[in-house]
Amino acid sequence: MSTPTIEDAAPQGGNPHSAGLDAAESGKVELVTITVRIRRFNPEEHPDAVWVDYQLTVDPKIRVLDAINTIKWEQDGTLTYRRSCAHGVCGSDAMRINGKNRLACKTLIKDVNPEKPITIEPIKGLTVLKDLVVDMDPFFQAYRDVMPFLITTGNEPTRERIQSEGDVQRFEDTTKCILCAACTTSCPVFWNDGQYFGPAAIVNAHRFIFDSRDEGAEQRLEILNDREGVWRCRTTFNCTDACPRGIEVTKAIQEVKRALVTRRF
Amino acid sequence: MAIETTGSISGVELTNDRPTDPSAFLIEPPRTRTKRTGRKSRTNFEMLAWLFMRLSGVVLVFLVLGHLIIQLILDGGVTKISFAFVAGRWASPFWQGWDLLMLWLAMLHGANGMRTVINDYAERDTTRFWLKVLLVTATVFTVLLGTLVIFTFDPNIS
Repeated sequence: MSTPTIEDAAPQGGNPHSAGLDAAESGKVELVTITVRIRRFNPEEHPDAVWVDYQLTVDPKIRVLDAINTIKWEQDGTLTYRRSCAHGVCGSDAMRINGKNRLACKTLIKDVNPEKPITIEPIKGLTVLKDLVVDMDPFFQAYRDVMPFLITTGNEPTRERIQSEGDVQRFEDTTKCILCAACTTSCPVFWNDGQYFGPAAIVNAHRFIFDSRDEGAEQRLEILNDREGVWRCRTTFNCTDACPRGIEVTKAIQEVKRALVTRRF
Repeated sequence: MAIETTGSISGVELTNDRPTDPSAFLIEPPRTRTKRTGRKSRTNFEMLAWLFMRLSGVVLVFLVLGHLIIQLILDGGVTKISFAFVAGRWASPFWQGWDLLMLWLAMLHGANGMRTVINDYAERDTTRFWLKVLLVTATVFTVLLGTLVIFTFDPNIS
């Protein structure tokens, strides 16, 4: 069986090419004028945050991060935000783009409706320090509180700790976390009570609780069993929607709940 | 990439006309250590409350739907309900048990749900405390009054 080619598929009315894909393949660049509306805050200048509009003429296939970089480099150097690797790995440029938590480096302009102003805000629930920079300390404090490191007893083995494929699959999904805080700062329970551990900390606890090599599961479960632990989760799925790595965050939280009830992990 | 250098400011102007101390705007970070943090409760209360919600919810589906179907649809519907009808039903321990179970489960289920809503939405500790006091008072009052009526119901009351 041969793979159908575009010529084969076209007469049968198969998937028509989108205009964007056509443009990309032909190498043509159609520039569009966009408005980027950024929520800016500088406590040294003004006590309130304000919305500032920037207009750019850009290729719609660039990323939101490229647009913000362009604003900073060519229009307003005082714009402050975090970014590092710019390729969706370091997790430092999580922001609220058109009301949804995303990584600016993984969001294309054409995917966020360039016809309307694109709103960019800092992630919610953490103290804004300046513009899009928030105080991440509470977030990392919650992460540290679940002891995200291998805990073992006895002597160190002379060979590697062997795991089966099945053992790995139990926590494989939660190893993908890059600690960008998109999940925790999309959680309405965290917005209202920052003492809640939040999805990211629970995801990272899950990564070790279900690791067959780790022996600290009891301690971590005890930490998450408390008032500010997993029981505060209302399964609104905001975290799963927000995760730029596609981790099934709510499912991980539910698995921790089940482990607490059944004491099997 | 062509750029239009028209950075315009909508709303408030960013000016220096209100010189202010930056520390004035610092909000307490959400996970700073407070007196309450780290104080381990050493109980499974939250887990038991969560389990109770799931289990009582399943039981209530049958109790409440059964109650509604029997009272409102079967045998002539809502018009049949009168003092005599209630007296007849509560003469049987089966219906006493049904109503008692429904009363306790529904009130505790609802109260625990309200407790989580208060925990989520009350911002100040004093507000949270008084809302919970109100909730517990109302719950205890309703459960006790209902239980009292089910057990002491007198069909010959004049």
